[in-house]
Amino acid sequence: MEQRLLTNKKEFKAKGFILQWEWLLVALIVAMFVMNSNLSEYFFQYDNLRDATMGFLDKAFIVLPMVFIIMMGDIDISVGSIIALSSVVMGDLYAHGVPMPLAMIICLAVGTLCGWINGMLIVRYKELSAVIVTLATMTIYRGIAYILLKDQSVGKFPSWFKFLGWDYVGTLPFILIVFAVFAIAFGLLLHKTPFGRRVYAIGNNPTAARFSGVRVDRIKVIVFTLAGLMSAVTALFLTSRMGSTRPNIATGYELEVIAMVVLGGVSTAGGKGRMIGAILAVFLIGFLRYGLGLVNVSAQMLLIILGGLLIVSVAIPQLKSRFAIKRKA
Amino acid sequence: MKKFLVTCLTVVMLMTIVAACGNNNNNGNKGSSASPQASNAASPSGDSGAKKKFAIIFKNTGNPYGEKEMEGYKKAVEELGYEAILKAPDQPTAEAQISMIEELISQKVDALAIVANDPDALQPALEKAMKAGIKVISLDSAVNAASRLVHINQADPERIGRTLIQGVVEMIGGSGEIAILSATSQATNQNLWIEWMKKELEDPKYANVKLVKVAYGDDLRDKSVSETEALLKSYPNLKGIIAPTTVGIAAAGKVLTDKGLKGKVQLTGLGLPSEMAEYIESGVCPWMYLWNPLDVGYLSGYVADALVNGTVTGKVGDKVTAGTLGEKEVIADGDGTQVMLGDPFKFDASNIAEWKAVY
Amino acid sequence: MSANVQSASPTEGKASTGRTISALIAKFRELGLLAFIVILAVGVQFRNPSFLTWENLTDIATNTAILSILSVGMMLVIITRGIDLSIGATLAFAGMVSALTVKHNPGLNPVAALLIGVGIGIGCGLVIGFLVSWVKILPIIATLGIMNVFRGFTFEASGGKWVSAHQMPTSFKSIATGSFLGINNLILIAIVIYIVAYYFVSHTRTGRRIYAVGSNPDSAEVSGIRTGRILLLVYTIMGGLAGLAGVLWVSKFASAQGDTASGYELSVIAACVLGGVSIAGGVGKISGILLGSILLGILNNALPMINVSAFWQMFIQGAIILIAVLVNALVKRGIDRNNLMRRKI
Repeated sequence: MEQRLLTNKKEFKAKGFILQWEWLLVALIVAMFVMNSNLSEYFFQYDNLRDATMGFLDKAFIVLPMVFIIMMGDIDISVGSIIALSSVVMGDLYAHGVPMPLAMIICLAVGTLCGWINGMLIVRYKELSAVIVTLATMTIYRGIAYILLKDQSVGKFPSWFKFLGWDYVGTLPFILIVFAVFAIAFGLLLHKTPFGRRVYAIGNNPTAARFSGVRVDRIKVIVFTLAGLMSAVTALFLTSRMGSTRPNIATGYELEVIAMVVLGGVSTAGGKGRMIGAILAVFLIGFLRYGLGLVNVSAQMLLIILGGLLIVSVAIPQLKSRFAIKRKA
Repeated sequence: MKKFLVTCLTVVMLMTIVAACGNNNNNGNKGSSASPQASNAASPSGDSGAKKKFAIIFKNTGNPYGEKEMEGYKKAVEELGYEAILKAPDQPTAEAQISMIEELISQKVDALAIVANDPDALQPALEKAMKAGIKVISLDSAVNAASRLVHINQADPERIGRTLIQGVVEMIGGSGEIAILSATSQATNQNLWIEWMKKELEDPKYANVKLVKVAYGDDLRDKSVSETEALLKSYPNLKGIIAPTTVGIAAAGKVLTDKGLKGKVQLTGLGLPSEMAEYIESGVCPWMYLWNPLDVGYLSGYVADALVNGTVTGKVGDKVTAGTLGEKEVIADGDGTQVMLGDPFKFDASNIAEWKAVY
Repeated sequence: MSANVQSASPTEGKASTGRTISALIAKFRELGLLAFIVILAVGVQFRNPSFLTWENLTDIATNTAILSILSVGMMLVIITRGIDLSIGATLAFAGMVSALTVKHNPGLNPVAALLIGVGIGIGCGLVIGFLVSWVKILPIIATLGIMNVFRGFTFEASGGKWVSAHQMPTSFKSIATGSFLGINNLILIAIVIYIVAYYFVSHTRTGRRIYAVGSNPDSAEVSGIRTGRILLLVYTIMGGLAGLAGVLWVSKFASAQGDTASGYELSVIAACVLGGVSIAGGVGKISGILLGSILLGILNNALPMINVSAFWQMFIQGAIILIAVLVNALVKRGIDRNNLMRRKI
């Protein structure tokens, strides 16, 4: 622990290290591309790579606010359920004759509301950690989705709705463009605004941040609300991808999102990481899965490779700093 | 700094090798059990274009029933001289199956057979596959009529539902309370069978038989056990349980055995012979039904072949000669068409010993 | 050792100097939760009279035994500011290997099967402990990655097949169904583990050091505690308990699958956090996690029994968990306020 504190200080003095993490991810991505291109002739083709992004970018929307949440040392495991609830509400309303554009707006509103409730519970009841609050709301939100739709699914959306998840603007997938816009917005929010600096401050030391005038509660509520909103955005794209919705969609998304964020170099101990890392991690995991899928690696082997990748890539800088300290000593 | 970058690169290279090795090992290991063909698929270019590729996607991995279905499909495809690709996600979700469909479209397979986790959610992905010229069929757990050319039905849902009610009524002696223990509330097949069971119960001759509850064990051992125990306590007069799902029927068999309720509460349903052998031999479950998953897969392989070669188009009246299974006809099924395998097979104490080793 | 005492005093009344008052508070800490459980039980009893019967209570206890065993290990892990997401996978892996072993050696003594499971669990735990304590990977990441790896191993070990009831010898299945002095073995094992764990965390030096490491790692290190060793120990205990639970699980349900106990880690974490274990570390009591496990056990047993629609079950479960933690938090606040007032006077 002492050692970690020392390395922390060092990292904040020399920004270089944080940059290195992103370079490591870039190197991994390059290696992964080389490997996959060797394994399958179908991998390195523009059409295929482009279509692959449509498959994994839906969860990437939640990665963006999750970076903020994990940066503050919190966690939100209810995002998968928020997707299900907002998607089911949208589908149910449409099935009852509400026009699709209005249903989509309500979908976003429901997600935002769910996130806001999470945030309010977390700041009102400080003795409860975000884990337990979102664990409870995770069950509640999906429970409401089950109450609404029971064993039914709703679909038959208007044909233009399919555009979101399956179509292109020019030659680029629509979802990729939307993601790029959001990614830039969230990146700027984190790195170029006072809001982002306060999030870093809370992550480093919430008590100190509070005493230096940061309105911790307000920032937390905003961040969790954003997570709800982005879950609803995911719900829109995912529902479009599936052409229908039912209460059990997006099961287990929360862990995948968290894995991407931590692989991106954001520390669950708070205060460390950059937006670009998480975005690189999204593409690393996404293309790796796709590439191994192209050569039909079995699901269990895929699990082992992804788990190993997560641990090895996180272990490298830790080991490196460990040996660096030893050498100094 | 430089040193570190060098370390990074070394590690990256190492990982590339490790990942590649892992991949090879996998193919080596799996050779005996599931998919030796996967290794062919893994070796780049070489034989591509020469052999037609037939793919199957099951619900999830590590499911013995699914392994047998994929084995049957592979057997048929290899008899026909093609290459089989067997895939299954680690979790039984439609999202994961959509990604797999995309991967198969990129690989330009010729035919795709799918055991769907959701009847509607795969529609856009399967439509894209059909647009790309892939012949799409579903087997076992169907997708809706717009997302497939033809469905391979293991057994008529109506027959399954009605047979199960007739079976349990015979076991309980014509009157009493019965309950159903299903998989998840979202499971397509189970919901369809339960509908038919309810329809069969409308017959006046079942006036004394009362369906008290449909419980959902979610195909989880612990939840299925809790649900069974709750059924027994909430309905002390319960005389029969129908569990049309492998995990559910085995969990119910275990509870009835442990509580010494053999003979007091009867159990039937659909289950794997290997899982149920213990309870059928002991008499807790007098008999149950299932079809042969190997045959379901095998038939699908031949239907896919007929579609790819253009000998059939999947419309009503088409006939497919399916290897050892003989000739099968395409019949109507709602808006779409299907091929029926046959009637469910009855497993009881007399034949379970020979089947428990098979699947 | 100052860190030790300091850390323990807010929750563990016995270690502090103000013996009587703190002991009283310590008793009251879980009052909200206990009251909630009682109210819940009475309410369910009202809807279904067979709820509070000896048979049903034994069922609840048997079904909750595995969960409660796992929460002991999880509590220790969370006290050190960690978390272990891999226990579901460890459980499945250990269960699968022991099931495969008895399948091939039907004559094997069931105790040996238990030891194999525990041994594999300890091995898995050591790996995680090494990653967390020596490589210093954050526990959530290490266990998230390892979870996938062990799950993959389980599938590979079984070759996609299940081990079914008829392939297991009766002696193996009777680990979970047998009883001693009229009490089911599962319950007995859980009771023994709770007694040992209670003694371990409250009355041994190592046990107290776990709290010290959790409440303030830096001062623990300064005061001469080898934090690395404590972390390694904690994850090894967790692994061993998960391995034990794996054998019990497979024996109880008479079936080993690749996806056994998938997602079970969330239930275990929920039991701990419901029982007042703080994710921030340093806080957690054996009595608390026992109550937390019991609450979850009652929920799993009672919801099917009160005959609500299956589609409402999930919502009700979530709502009860939320209300339980909120009530507990409010009761604690009330106690703290009273305490503060008394101190001022």
